[in-house]
Amino acid sequence: MRAINLSYTSREQVEVYRFSWPVSIGLPILLVGLQAFVPVRMPFFRIFDFGLLLTIFFAVSRRSQVSGLLTGAAIGLLQDCLTHTPFGVFGIAKTLVGYGASSIGIRIDVENPGSRFLLTFFFYGVHLLVFAAIERELMGQSVHFNLGHEAGVAVANSVMAVFLFALLNRFKIRD
Amino acid sequence: MNFFSRHKNTVVLATVLLAQLLALAVQVKRQTAEGPVRVIRLVAVTTLAPFERVMIYTGESVRRVWKNYLDLRDVRRENLRLKADSERMRLDRAREQEDARQARRIQALLSFKEQWMDTTVAAQVIGTSGTETSRLLYLDKGAQDGIKADMPVITPDGVAGKVLTVYGDHTAQVLLINDPSSGVGATLVNSRLQGIVKGTPTGEVTLNYIMGDEAVQPGEALVTSGGDRVFPRGLPIGTVVKVNMGRNLFLDIKLKPAVDLNRLEEVLVITSQKPRGPDTAGLGPIRAADILAQHLPGVPQTATPQTGAPQTPPSPAPQAAPNGQPAATAIVPRGPAQNASPAKPQTRPAASEGTRPQ
Repeated sequence: MRAINLSYTSREQVEVYRFSWPVSIGLPILLVGLQAFVPVRMPFFRIFDFGLLLTIFFAVSRRSQVSGLLTGAAIGLLQDCLTHTPFGVFGIAKTLVGYGASSIGIRIDVENPGSRFLLTFFFYGVHLLVFAAIERELMGQSVHFNLGHEAGVAVANSVMAVFLFALLNRFKIRD
Repeated sequence: MNFFSRHKNTVVLATVLLAQLLALAVQVKRQTAEGPVRVIRLVAVTTLAPFERVMIYTGESVRRVWKNYLDLRDVRRENLRLKADSERMRLDRAREQEDARQARRIQALLSFKEQWMDTTVAAQVIGTSGTETSRLLYLDKGAQDGIKADMPVITPDGVAGKVLTVYGDHTAQVLLINDPSSGVGATLVNSRLQGIVKGTPTGEVTLNYIMGDEAVQPGEALVTSGGDRVFPRGLPIGTVVKVNMGRNLFLDIKLKPAVDLNRLEEVLVITSQKPRGPDTAGLGPIRAADILAQHLPGVPQTATPQTGAPQTPPSPAPQAAPNGQPAATAIVPRGPAQNASPAKPQTRPAASEGTRPQ
């Protein structure tokens, strides 16, 4: 078992995990597919960004910045495939989220529900800001924020992350 | 240790971001998704679509079985209600048929032509974009069913969107009217003002380009104008719910779509439209004076021509055409009605019934 000793956490050894190839490839396809399919029957499901949650989960579990940003880019581009906006909008946003989440994952304990909730809430905001910046600055489109709605969506995604991460822990393999 | 090893993470991040930014810039410049981007999207959509189709059909089957069971329980009460509805609709239909005949006669006089829905294809919604920023649907019908880009997508309630891209034989992507990049030519039913219906980033639907000095009331209905050359004229779009003074001298008009865009499960794609004049079969030859006589109570009654007698211009024509032109310039609609017997005017309603004051 390889461990990274970090003084920023509770001086415990931080564990690094990896995932099998079927999980690394199949899980994003499954969850992004579900995210596209379920709103046909349950429209409120549209508020969940499973791509974002998976990016954060893989990033903080692997604790590798390169791995985190590449995973984020791949998941973001997969989401881009299902939209009609130019290819790369979600890709760039999730690349940065993957990089940031893995950087934080190295420094703090992300195994308890509280930190997972806060981490997801924070990165939902980062994702939103990056997305808005791309839309406004690179694509020249107007951006409107309904702060109350976005805060509610961020909380909903954070709650979902707590349960989803607990479920996905089963797929972790200790490195 | 060289630079790359020391700053490996930053270099990889910069490279990945740069590559995506470049790709984005090229697409924004081109404005169309062609080349490798289209191929990547095609692969992704055709990979996900079959799974979505299977899940939709499975869910639909389970739901149908359950619904059939529930339906059996309420079938008697439902039957009585439907019978009452049927009686009421029959009366409504008789009234509307007369209105429609009158409208067709007036259209014929004006040589009015419009796009008629010729064929439609029913399609099942199998997926969405999965994001709040891109208001799209995926359908289970594609090129094999004759679906092409820019075809209108409707439901019995009204307009839903248009086909944006066709991915292979069995999948098509639909842009909903509440997407910011959509646009539908619209007419307000009462005021006849024309504008463009667009979506907003928050998924609302607005009517744009109505001048600030126009009077638009909440509750007024909107239909398609046909001016966008995508949607046929007269399809319901929605109703006005809120009117505010916006920026740039235009009104800020919010709409309630006629279609519940969040709960679309089946839609109709209009696969062909044909320009047609109104169907005047069975209405008989019509003269301008007859139409005017129906609408102007003060126009004196014309003498009804006898069966078999040659049709002569009616005597009150000068009143109907104040410029002195006789009503011999009878306007006869094209089509089957042209072959109708000259005696047919006897069957015309109102104008030849002799009820108007001489």
